[in-house]
Amino acid sequence: MKPFTMTNNAGEGPFLAGGTTLVDLMKLNVVQPDHLTDLSARRADLDYIHADEKAVRVGAMTTMADLAANLLIKTEFKAVESALLQAASPQIRNMATIAGNILQRTRCSYFRDVHSPCNKREPGSGCSAIGGDTRSLAILGQSPHCIANYPGDLAIALVALDAELSVRSSDGSVRDMHVDALHRLPGDTPHLETTLLPGELIEAISLPRDRFDHSIYYKVRDRSSYAFALASCAVALRLEEGVIQDIRIVLGGLATRPWRCVHAEDSLLGKHLEIEAIERAARLCLEDATPDQKQKAKVELGRRTVMKALLSVLK
Amino acid sequence: MKKTLSVNGVIHEMELDPRTTLLDLLRETLDLTGTKKGCDHGQCGACTVHVDGKAVLSCLQLAATLDGNVTTIEGIGTEDAPHPIQEAFLKHDAYQCGFCTPGQIMSALSCINEGNAGASEEIKRTMSGNLCRCAAYKNILAAIESARDVMEAQK
Repeated sequence: MKPFTMTNNAGEGPFLAGGTTLVDLMKLNVVQPDHLTDLSARRADLDYIHADEKAVRVGAMTTMADLAANLLIKTEFKAVESALLQAASPQIRNMATIAGNILQRTRCSYFRDVHSPCNKREPGSGCSAIGGDTRSLAILGQSPHCIANYPGDLAIALVALDAELSVRSSDGSVRDMHVDALHRLPGDTPHLETTLLPGELIEAISLPRDRFDHSIYYKVRDRSSYAFALASCAVALRLEEGVIQDIRIVLGGLATRPWRCVHAEDSLLGKHLEIEAIERAARLCLEDATPDQKQKAKVELGRRTVMKALLSVLK
Repeated sequence: MKKTLSVNGVIHEMELDPRTTLLDLLRETLDLTGTKKGCDHGQCGACTVHVDGKAVLSCLQLAATLDGNVTTIEGIGTEDAPHPIQEAFLKHDAYQCGFCTPGQIMSALSCINEGNAGASEEIKRTMSGNLCRCAAYKNILAAIESARDVMEAQK
């Protein structure tokens, strides 16, 4: 690991929270910061779960384990609880913060291997993943420069539930943004992964309580725990007498960022959750997929994952 | 950087390189070599210790940023007076080479203390962050179920 200095001065980045991604990447020399701002003292003011009538507001340094164990989350935001409990291992969930989790870096093995060219790690060096081992990589949202998938679970559920972030800049001003606006497509700048500006820090995540009445997170992976998603799907919806009034469908594991399926959502508005409508929505979710020869199975896997989520969301 | 740490109830004051992980600090500086370095990347669980009673990975924890009291395998029992979970691992032969065992025991202890040692499926899920290359999983499960009963009877 390259030497670095560390302080806890507010307003300076890059930030170290739980460290479960960053310390790992620093050991691999994938990330080599000269300086880190240690956030551990901020647990005093950024580790909380507050609720009012409209929203549940969660401090950014709440651990994944603590959020998953919260009674309001378990009863009102099942997709969040489920995404958290299917992510990582118990030890990592005890360490990792929720804001750090949604900023988790890709698990693309070429990104993590400093001997392979990678535009995300070293802009302009090329992409080793294209034409390589792509089984775990994206089939949605890729660019000619990067096909790394977004690996996280929680962010998929948060986008489905239309969660909002409270972000503080280094000058002290605060802005709100939807989680859906946080992650960028790789385009020709895959090293820029989020819309956060230098020095900006996520301080809280708000989950609206009045928007949806059902949610689910369904995850498919190689083994039944402690594995990243091959495909996952979060659904949040609101029904009136069985008719869908509002719905969000978001894919994980398959895309370069949390992937909202707006056409599929629109196709279900005003409908009952019946098999023909579900099949049609699942097809629409993957309509833009561009798999390579080794990824063909992921399209069908994605469709079936969406169907399973839609068929299970009311149970 | 200056840092004060509590490990197994003993306070240590030291000067730290900010790169030092809790794992390296325990093993190299404090000579507490019970905690093991397996993958050193948060994937195997061999380095599991407790911070304020919660299981964490000491290989991904920079010592300088640690906030809380550390308990390692050396802090839960002694050779003359082992903890019930240690006795259960011995009784059920819940290891082969033994390298992952300190991490398994620390996770098992959290599993029981946090009330996740009910059904065997629940134990398996809660223990899924600890790998055993000798695949002693069946005996580890039996040891946890047995230790749970002993610990509950002692309450």
